[in-house]
Amino acid sequence: MTIVAEFTIRYRRILDPNGQLVAPLPEFAQHSAELLRMYRAMTQARVFDAKAVNLQRTGQLGTYPSCLGHEATHIGVGAAMNPDDVLAPVYREFGTQLWRGVSMAEILVYWGGDERGSDFAGPRQDFAWCVPIATQTLHAAGAAMAFKIRGERRCAVAYIGDGGTSEGAFYEALNLAGARALPVVFVVVNNGWAISVPVAEQTAAQTLAQKAVAAGIPGVQVDGNDVFAVRAAVGEAVEAARRGAGPALIEALTYRLSDHTTSDDASRYRPAAELRAAWATEPLLRMRRYLLELRLWTEADEQELQRQCAAEVEAAVSAYLATPAQSTDAMFDHLFAELPAHLRAQRATARKYATKSSGHH
Amino acid sequence: MVEAIAMAHGWEMQHDASVVVIGQDVGANGGVFRATAGLQERFGKQRVQDTPLAEATIAGMAVGMATHGLKPVAEIQFMGFMYPALDQIVNHMTRMRYRTRGRLSCPVVMRMPHGGGIHAPEHHSESTEAMLCHIPGLRVVCPSSPARAYGLLLAAIRNPDPVIFLEPVRLYRAMRQEVQDDGRALPLDASFVLREGSDVTIVTWGATTLETLRAAAELDARGIGAEVIDLATLSPIDSETILESVAKTGRLVIAHEAARNAGVGAEIAALVCEHALYDLEAPIQRVTGYDTVMPLFKLELDYMPSVRRIVDAALLTLEL
Repeated sequence: MTIVAEFTIRYRRILDPNGQLVAPLPEFAQHSAELLRMYRAMTQARVFDAKAVNLQRTGQLGTYPSCLGHEATHIGVGAAMNPDDVLAPVYREFGTQLWRGVSMAEILVYWGGDERGSDFAGPRQDFAWCVPIATQTLHAAGAAMAFKIRGERRCAVAYIGDGGTSEGAFYEALNLAGARALPVVFVVVNNGWAISVPVAEQTAAQTLAQKAVAAGIPGVQVDGNDVFAVRAAVGEAVEAARRGAGPALIEALTYRLSDHTTSDDASRYRPAAELRAAWATEPLLRMRRYLLELRLWTEADEQELQRQCAAEVEAAVSAYLATPAQSTDAMFDHLFAELPAHLRAQRATARKYATKSSGHH
Repeated sequence: MVEAIAMAHGWEMQHDASVVVIGQDVGANGGVFRATAGLQERFGKQRVQDTPLAEATIAGMAVGMATHGLKPVAEIQFMGFMYPALDQIVNHMTRMRYRTRGRLSCPVVMRMPHGGGIHAPEHHSESTEAMLCHIPGLRVVCPSSPARAYGLLLAAIRNPDPVIFLEPVRLYRAMRQEVQDDGRALPLDASFVLREGSDVTIVTWGATTLETLRAAAELDARGIGAEVIDLATLSPIDSETILESVAKTGRLVIAHEAARNAGVGAEIAALVCEHALYDLEAPIQRVTGYDTVMPLFKLELDYMPSVRRIVDAALLTLEL
């Protein structure tokens, strides 16, 4: 028999868990200001995340999906994108969103049960959080089609989790992107667990990156806890996509150091030893080691950064908690460009029966 | 109520080897609401299987399993995530018996958490049962208490045709009562009179039974006897119980959490108009969710029918 197709999946790592370089530094990582900018953003995401979990635990926020452990992937992707690219997130990619200018207060407003959090003041073109699984990958492909039709040098980036790669919509998006050579990059955040289901029970595929191969798209695996590797791989992919060289898939191998959400208790299904081991390879630790070794960072700098992040988060929390409640009219606002007559009557009923939780009181 | 649901699974799996449980996180995790807690330990990984994260997979594999000797009880994690499964449900599951002239059939139960009121994230508080009630060949069931959840789930699993089993999330933990684990099913296609009264009939289902019973108590304090009917099976509707009640009271209020337009309440109103128009002494009133998106949780209580709205609707039928 003749071999008619073969494939190889490469794994990319630049900074190992000990903070040692194992591959040549990309250009962006040769500027100390840029290194510090990325490290600060990763730290900011982590401090914000811890506070958000705390707000949920104290009854001041709804269910919240922690991004603990995902900081290198989030910042690597954010830094690789151009401001006029389009992000189609899942629901956990707060690091990338903060980098792109979504505010902490907006994130809290949304997870606090208020639609206004999705009306980003920053990246107006980005999609909002996508709670249904994998559907956003097709939206990114569609946005990419719009860029292609208009001849714009822009790119769409869709996130998806390891579990999401089992959904039909994901395969359909890959297929479409490949068939039409769309400027879209799929970032598969493989954090090991789809709530309680480990990747090995999700698929028999050796890697998730190879799912791209069947769609005629290049797929690559990166150390998702290595911000250099993520930014380099995604950077090359978005560059190629904007140039018209077609889509790509990046599988970022990371680990969900938290529960799935604050409603979940991973101790029911996840071995404690696995979680403990994962802390040794988490993304901030290796970056800090690297910066300390380069003498770009000191313990005093670290303390100052933690203080700044905490102050910034506190200010966002205050803004969030001071957000006036929406009135019941908000249920009808923006449903249509213009509200049909029967809904105007229902809006009046809702006003009449407004509870104390809405803004009519 | 969630324990009663797990218990019904356990009973039926113990007594019928063809019953298998499939869904996301139903295994080691025991379901995100714990509705399948302990089942994998008891019955093993073959009979209690975590599926890949894909709802079309769950519904489609249920069709294949059911046509070949198994009785799948499938969990869709939240009703808002059922949509990828609809193609399988509408085009295959519910018409398998019909189109093969009875040669193949689909004894499947699709369980889905239903409705709001627990401060859940976006897409986790939907009540879109009307879409399902429009599908020929499908039963849609929605229990309103632990005992009815137990008995109706057993009936759903034993039913030879596909059943959607909607579980009001608000009742999972809020509602507690002793339930006998005796394997006794309750009837499908039958509604339950939760409270008798002669002045006004209030038909409801799911978690809205809570507000309806409170409204009935308030009406009672004002000397008005409200008869409360828990529809329980939303499709097909038990018209007999409703028509009998309306013949007695002459007044009808329908209360449901789902949006109003083309909702199950409209079907009930049409039924009463077709068969009992002359029994009515006042126009029918509907108290429903609004025809908008279920809002994020800060406004969810403003969306859902309140006791006050139900009381006012009942008073309106009495011209009080």
